[in-house]
Amino acid sequence: MPILTDRKTGAAYDAIVVGSGAGGGMAALILALNGAKVLLIEAGRNYDPVAETPMFHTPEQAPLRGERTPDRFFGHYDANIGGWQVAGEPYTNKPGTEGNFWWWRARMLGGRTNHWGRISLRFGPHDFRCASRDGLGVDWPLSYEEMHPWYDRVEKLIGVYGENDGIENAPDSSPGILQPPPKPRIGELMARKAGKKLGVPIVAAHRAVLSQPLDGARLARELFPGNARAQEIMARDMSLRAPCFWATPCVRGCSIRANFQSTTVLLPAALATGNLDVITDAMVREVVMGKDGRATGVHYIDKPTRRDRLAKAKVVILAASSCETSRILLNSKSMDRAGLANSSGQVGRNLMDSVGTSLGAHIPALEDLPPYNEDGAGGLHVYAPWWLVRDHEKLGFPRGYHVEMGGGRQMPSVKSFGILDSKAPGIYGSRLKEEARRYFGASFSFSGRGEMVPNKDCYCELDPNVVDQWGIPVLRFHWKWSDHEIRQAQHMQNTFAELLTAMGGKAAPKSGREAIQRPGEIIHEVGTARMGAKPTDSVTNAYGQTWDVKNLFLMDGAVLPSNPDKNPTLTILALAWRGTEWLMEEMKKGTI
Amino acid sequence: MKNPDQNPLSRRDAMKWLAGTAAAGSVPPAMGAPGETEPAPPALPLRHPVYDPDFTKPAVFPWEKQFTEEELRTTAALADLILPKDDQGPSASEAGVPAFVNEWCSAPYEENREAGEIVRGGLAWLNTESFRRFEKRFDELAPAEQTAIVDSICDEATAPPDLKIGARFFKRFRQLCLGGYYTNSSTWKGLGYVGNVPIAGPYPGPPPELIERLGLQGVV
Repeated sequence: MPILTDRKTGAAYDAIVVGSGAGGGMAALILALNGAKVLLIEAGRNYDPVAETPMFHTPEQAPLRGERTPDRFFGHYDANIGGWQVAGEPYTNKPGTEGNFWWWRARMLGGRTNHWGRISLRFGPHDFRCASRDGLGVDWPLSYEEMHPWYDRVEKLIGVYGENDGIENAPDSSPGILQPPPKPRIGELMARKAGKKLGVPIVAAHRAVLSQPLDGARLARELFPGNARAQEIMARDMSLRAPCFWATPCVRGCSIRANFQSTTVLLPAALATGNLDVITDAMVREVVMGKDGRATGVHYIDKPTRRDRLAKAKVVILAASSCETSRILLNSKSMDRAGLANSSGQVGRNLMDSVGTSLGAHIPALEDLPPYNEDGAGGLHVYAPWWLVRDHEKLGFPRGYHVEMGGGRQMPSVKSFGILDSKAPGIYGSRLKEEARRYFGASFSFSGRGEMVPNKDCYCELDPNVVDQWGIPVLRFHWKWSDHEIRQAQHMQNTFAELLTAMGGKAAPKSGREAIQRPGEIIHEVGTARMGAKPTDSVTNAYGQTWDVKNLFLMDGAVLPSNPDKNPTLTILALAWRGTEWLMEEMKKGTI
Repeated sequence: MKNPDQNPLSRRDAMKWLAGTAAAGSVPPAMGAPGETEPAPPALPLRHPVYDPDFTKPAVFPWEKQFTEEELRTTAALADLILPKDDQGPSASEAGVPAFVNEWCSAPYEENREAGEIVRGGLAWLNTESFRRFEKRFDELAPAEQTAIVDSICDEATAPPDLKIGARFFKRFRQLCLGGYYTNSSTWKGLGYVGNVPIAGPYPGPPPELIERLGLQGVV
């Protein structure tokens, strides 16, 4: 499927969407399905997962057998162009920062939705009223009850496997929406057994992977009532997606469109409307403002020609990824020196990532098992939602974490056999192969993904001295974990050690300070332009509309007022859909 | 994870590889980014073989391999002793291990440079040890002679003090051989990895007898 339109732009559009990932892809699709003329601008190159995904490619076809390198952080086959460093696009860290922030960028159509873990967890009722519960951070300007139908809609549209477990603050989907989860692998069953003993509920993961075909016609009717054209397009496109065939890791992307990527689920249908133009390799530098205080379009650098260009529209939607969106605002200085839509002073503030730690161990019971295919859905089948929602006073840290896990006999990598250094020293020849077979996959590890509390020391701002290769001022970061995060990291380590011990392994927990991963390393960086109830302490309203500029919307992770222990993509999709519907209503009313 | 702040691929390297791709299409002139003495990478839409590999074509292996013919022969001889051809699978050489060790030790990243120092130094050490004992290079030795040397260095814990350097090399070399060997799909059957094949219908999950054997019936 040709995914790119000609490199052309019309004279004017109803909307410009900057960024083609989860938020931008969703906004573009909903607008286009409703007849709006949309220009989608992507900083990276065109990318077609159907043609380009290395499905079934084996390690020996790749440099260094596909191993991770500082240039390919998730290995050669990762469906990401970019990473924590992008050639020619530096960022800096401010003197005094505690540990450098790592800023992940994807420079490709679909952004980071091409490689993400597909973990799709709803934020829960407590998450939207976090400050009311523990006095930290701020509440959201909307409730779970308001979000529930949008989560349902998104899950129907993209396809999510999982189960309803009735766990507090890990909401159930409406009946009939989730697809059946794949059966747990043997190590995951062992973890579940260990969890039972320790009171850690290990239940079906929720991931945006089709475990069965979508009934496109029915779903499209339910999702787009009264919009015949949308129903027709979506029914056809959703029915074309194949269910997972239980091979090849999701991080490579998916040529059969079994998992969710903006490029496999949102953009093909959006293009089929004929209402969408896409230009790639176009780096937006700033929002252009009119004298009347309205945005008139964007100013971008056309990368192939290195020329400055302007594109015009009635509405501008930024969804360039949390920090990039804030960078564009800060670089748009038409209104005042603090940057656009920044009368609250909150742009760049409240930067958050997830707290991450992991711990693994050799599990003797997994040694030398009869082979069976453990590839599964190319990611985890089970997880543990936060189970101590009511115990925070006792725990000594205010917010929770969920637990991810994995192990067993996945496709071998260069470093799969490190264990033989200690388990089988001195052995070579055919006996070494026996040992390799014995220990292959006989290990298991747990990772935590925890909620941090936003604090005044975690932010990004423009570096006054540095520009990137496009001449655009770059971001510089400042970071400091608070004790909340360190204590939570410690609790993760203790829990993982207990789980591994219960599985028969030997594991010593690291200290929280030692175990906590780098800021930005979990790639759940959100915040920096939060939504809120008042223009004085937030950048947008609950629909992503900036308080200061009525026709400027933010529709990515930037608007999240908090960063619950659930991966943000599903919520970004839901907020973008909800915000776009509201935007279209307001346009009809003539208020925008 | 290595610190991405330290990017070991210099811009000059990048330019060199890109020069190779230039023959295929037209390349706009590179422009200097502010404050840079070396030219910045050229603007897109050029594909970069490391940052943006083209999976529809055979992989590009961008760095030069450094091993000499002699080092490769020594590598093959030792690797085949560590992972010989047998009823469980091919030999290390047949699974491309010598080429992999060369590639691994020639890559520009810190981890690989360190491995390269240990392995290339170790290969030379091994040939000297062979010369000392048998007046030949390692790959020219009879199998029993090779085994005699390997037996004396295969376990760091028991190797005599004057062979510790050889033992440390052997440990690292064996680990690289394992990594290279089992990332070649021809070895997977012998290893017991049976994935990377499509399955129609629902995911079958672990066989019931395995679930029973591990006492997991209660948590299925």
